Amino acid sequence: MTAAAPEPKTNMGQSVPRYDAAAKVTGRATYASDMPLDNPAYAFLVTSAIAKGRIDRFDLDDAGRVRGVIDIVTHENAPKLKESKLFSNGGYAGTTIQPLRSAEIAHDGQIIAVVIAESYEAAREAANRIKVSYTAAAPSASFDSPGTTMAAAKGQNAQFKEDPAVGDFAKAFDAAEVKLTASYDTPTQHHNPMELFTTSCAWMGDNLVIYEGSQYVYGLKNGVAEQLGIDADKVRVVNPYVGGGFGSRGSMTPRTAIIAGIAKRLNRPIKLVPTRDQGFTIATYRAETRHEIKLGASRDGKLVALRHEGAEVSSRPDAYCVGGTKTTTRLYACPNVDSLVSIVRADRNTPGFMRSPPEVPYLFALESALDELAAKLNMDPIELRRINDATNEPIGGKPYTSRSLMACFDEAAKAFGWSQRSSQPKSTSDGNWLIGYGCAATCYPTQMGPSAARVRLQRDGRTRVEIAGHEIGTGAYTVIAQTAAERLGVPLEKVAVFMGDSDLPPAPVAGGSNSTASTCSAVMMVCDQIRQRLFKAVMPSDSLTDKAKETVGISPAPSTRAAKGDRSLDLEKAFDALGVGVVEEYGEWKPEGAPLDSFRAMHNGQVRLVGGHAMKDQIAYAFGAEFVEVRVNRFTHEIRCPRLVGAFAAGRIMNPRTARSQLMGGLIWGMSSALLEATEIDERNARYVNDNLADYLVPVNADVSGVEVIMLSEQDDRINPVGAKGLGELANVGTNAAICNAIYHATGQRIRKLPVRLENIEV
Amino acid sequence: MRPFSYQRASDPDMAVQALGAAATNTPLTKATAQPLAGGTTLIDLMKLDVMRPTAIVDINPLAHAWSAIEPGSDALRLGALAKMSDVAAHAEVQRSYPVIADSLKLAASAQLRNMATLGGNVMQRTRCNYFRDVSYENCNKRNPGSGCAAMDGVNRMHAVLGTSDQCIATYPGDFAQALIALDATVEITGKAGTRSMPFAQLHKAPGSTPDIETALQPGDLISAFSISGRWPRSVYLKARDRQSYEFALSSAAIALDVQDGTIRDARVALGGVATVPWRAREAEALLKGHRFDEALAQRVADAAFADARGRRHNSFKIALGKRVVARALQQAVTMEI
Ligand SMILES: Cc1cc2nc3c(=O)[nH]c(=O)nc-3n(C[C@H](O)[C@H](O)[C@H](O)COP(=O)(O)OP(=O)(O)OC[C@H]3O[C@@H](n4cnc5c(N)ncnc54)[C@H](O)[C@@H]3O)c2cc1C
Ligand code: SF4
Repeated sequence: MTAAAPEPKTNMGQSVPRYDAAAKVTGRATYASDMPLDNPAYAFLVTSAIAKGRIDRFDLDDAGRVRGVIDIVTHENAPKLKESKLFSNGGYAGTTIQPLRSAEIAHDGQIIAVVIAESYEAAREAANRIKVSYTAAAPSASFDSPGTTMAAAKGQNAQFKEDPAVGDFAKAFDAAEVKLTASYDTPTQHHNPMELFTTSCAWMGDNLVIYEGSQYVYGLKNGVAEQLGIDADKVRVVNPYVGGGFGSRGSMTPRTAIIAGIAKRLNRPIKLVPTRDQGFTIATYRAETRHEIKLGASRDGKLVALRHEGAEVSSRPDAYCVGGTKTTTRLYACPNVDSLVSIVRADRNTPGFMRSPPEVPYLFALESALDELAAKLNMDPIELRRINDATNEPIGGKPYTSRSLMACFDEAAKAFGWSQRSSQPKSTSDGNWLIGYGCAATCYPTQMGPSAARVRLQRDGRTRVEIAGHEIGTGAYTVIAQTAAERLGVPLEKVAVFMGDSDLPPAPVAGGSNSTASTCSAVMMVCDQIRQRLFKAVMPSDSLTDKAKETVGISPAPSTRAAKGDRSLDLEKAFDALGVGVVEEYGEWKPEGAPLDSFRAMHNGQVRLVGGHAMKDQIAYAFGAEFVEVRVNRFTHEIRCPRLVGAFAAGRIMNPRTARSQLMGGLIWGMSSALLEATEIDERNARYVNDNLADYLVPVNADVSGVEVIMLSEQDDRINPVGAKGLGELANVGTNAAICNAIYHATGQRIRKLPVRLENIEV
Repeated sequence: MRPFSYQRASDPDMAVQALGAAATNTPLTKATAQPLAGGTTLIDLMKLDVMRPTAIVDINPLAHAWSAIEPGSDALRLGALAKMSDVAAHAEVQRSYPVIADSLKLAASAQLRNMATLGGNVMQRTRCNYFRDVSYENCNKRNPGSGCAAMDGVNRMHAVLGTSDQCIATYPGDFAQALIALDATVEITGKAGTRSMPFAQLHKAPGSTPDIETALQPGDLISAFSISGRWPRSVYLKARDRQSYEFALSSAAIALDVQDGTIRDARVALGGVATVPWRAREAEALLKGHRFDEALAQRVADAAFADARGRRHNSFKIALGKRVVARALQQAVTMEI
């Protein structure tokens, strides 16, 4: 599975190696819990063994006697913290369940005590020795549990504004020549990034430094300041590298302010490294969902009616929901559409973003249903999508800025060998293995957020880029360095990038796949400011046309070579003319259509993403097509997935090497989601059961044999200055349906519930 | 994890002394002193606070005497401290005992196999999530008399054979199925010197005392395993959720002696489905003296699971287990030797 770095095609950057590759493979890259602290104390969490009820009593005697224990913090003596609202209500928090505030327990694994000791071992031992008496109440675990409540998402979640609908669905469905009604289920999933949910806090007088893997350092800084009741300028969040996020580090969890508060009280740096199983309950997760899809079509495959009803689980106090109908109602041309999203409240921790939050469950349902419809129509599933391909989305009639869905299908089908597929299910086998081919569309909204950057250029060409972006493993350092090098025309080796520090200029949350488009647009703009200053210094401003101003310097090394325009720039001369040693520029960029308060919100750590379906006159998505081969063993019913082929179009590909890794990782993630991953919940007590990496299954190398990523050239100048569509969350969306569709082809059996395990196969 | 003392065994006597000094009436799993081999089970359980020994006796220094892999002309002796990976890669083991090599090769991950020993492997403890999570009071294995959280909980991985109303935890290992199939003998070094017993008597079904997992007493150490005869016609088939690094949902260790198309001797052992290493003797009886065909394989498989009892999430293991047995038999019959 090794492959050379992909050759760039039209509208792609260079496949340069990762900026941070050497640091990572040699262990020099420092993650939050690697940061040295001066004389730290160690924290260990105690979490609740019940999901609902109250704590009657702690017996701390035994624990308190452990040598090295400094303090045991419970709701009875915890630092007082202010509340933060849920991020969707204008706050910073991923949950409003604030532990250590009272004796009440709202979910399994809630933090109920924090032991502080001189060593990690002593803190852990003491935590093991704490005895807790509870009065437990009967919790509601999930959809079918007694005691849950269900209500429409609209009206309770501020970010879910509408249930998209158009035309007259009921009438059209009634009259449709071919109809399909099917229900689909997706499971609870946890991100399980390699880096645990660690937090270190150190105070210097009134100033707090937090080392924590975060996908949003400005959000965390402002959120913790709010909870502590201090000025946000006194809080600094540092994390030059993040060991995987997948959404789990997008919003603030309660642990951070708790640790900060204890560190303040003890006047000592504190380091918390929670366990893997604690990560299942002290952060967020992807909640289980249920769907009913109704499709009506004419006999020749034209969709006439589409309805998507989704239900999602959330916690008692928080109306989190992903509401993927915003995408599934707009993906195909269909004149009569209806939808409804509901939220079911249970005694659970609050769910949150997980890689492609809305698209994964909702497209699984839609893309499975389309395959079922294609079978009913006796039609090739690619053709069905071609017939219903849309240039304008059906709800508001807005045009897609660019849409290469069918081109992706054609490319991927060719590479995969789709033409070899027999149209009949259960018709191909190899020895004891039944073979099936399946495909599905994938898509992800193109989003951008306001971002600032500071760039500093020295006369020898050395460049320093500062931006509080996040390296969550995607290649952010690399593409930002490439952007600055290209724009200033300096060699890539001369560019140093600094990120993951809230003392740097703000960047948006590393979520919604907006980072590349947002940060690179900001960096590009600030590099242009530098160029303008240099040019002004050496030439009278009117000697340059506007066009030249824009293009000069894009060529490599303007000091030596002529730039793209007709002028070249000698850096030394420019610096002499300016009479300075360095040129430094700061700038703030915001996408078209960004709200008026964008820049204020950016500094306050509040997300203002625009894009996707929510743009004024257009709609912007990246697309792809995914093909899989599955093999189902006749005897054991084991399911294997030897081949995954995806073709994707996402505007400008900044770096084909890092992009390919994202897409390849996405395909593997999607396979994992379809066949392996699920958090099991004990219905009796609403607790997660398989909360460790031996039992929460993710693929191992042996499960992944052939993964092929094809990147199409696509040019889209309408989305953002760099012309890039986010692709980090693109590839894992379609795989779920593609695999189930392939299982149908292999076995003749439709499986509408994820993950598909061998016991679900009946052949 | 709690504090413990750490000693390195200088010789077997010293290890036995150090391990057996504490009270003898406690079940082995609760003894205050525990031997440490590869540590891949023991250290995990100590971190989870499931096992709380106060003394650890590191037996790795005994490896010079206890890790030999010794194939004889018609027998095999394996030292208890031999590494899983070394045994799996041994040419003669692969040739004459493929069921042993494969049961080891298909277990855990390369890293674990490089650390883990044969003795530690057979002594590994169940993966029952309720057993491994001490926040659950009710686990009869951990807290005798407290009940069983798995019985009506999430029990997809649990056993369908050899269960009791006290415990349904699966014995998770693979290698033990090969040993029990081949009628292995286990050599034990204890206070009274060295003794041997059939491997089949080592593990104890849960019955009313799920906390008693083996016949070993504190102070007993497994020093070797031995097998008589050669079993070139043997296979280990393992069905699992992913292709590596995963315990069996169902597995079968099969060894056959086929002469002129007639099955002279047959061994059928089952993994992933039972509370202890499991020998399906009634099923074996159906094979002996017969020629193989698919109908026979089906009858054998049915017999192997005749007493199986499924619960909410694990009933599928009965049908799966039968198919695995039938398939493994077919593989063993048709393999080229
Ligand atoms: C994630 C994971 C996946 C795994 N998958 C599999 C799998 O698929 N199949 C499989 O078979 N196994 C699997 N294992 C289990 C693994 O094989 C065992 O942990 C390993 O074999 C134990 O050997 P060890 O030498 O490390 O034992 P240790 O951890 O050192 O000891 C285990 C127990 O045996 C005792 N002990 C050790 N040596 C002796 C002796 N000589 N005499 C008496 N008592 C002794 C110890 O006191 C301890 O209680 C897996 C383990 C993990 C962590
Ligand atoms: S199955 Fe056995 S180990 Fe698991 S909870 Fe029940 S008694 Fe404990």
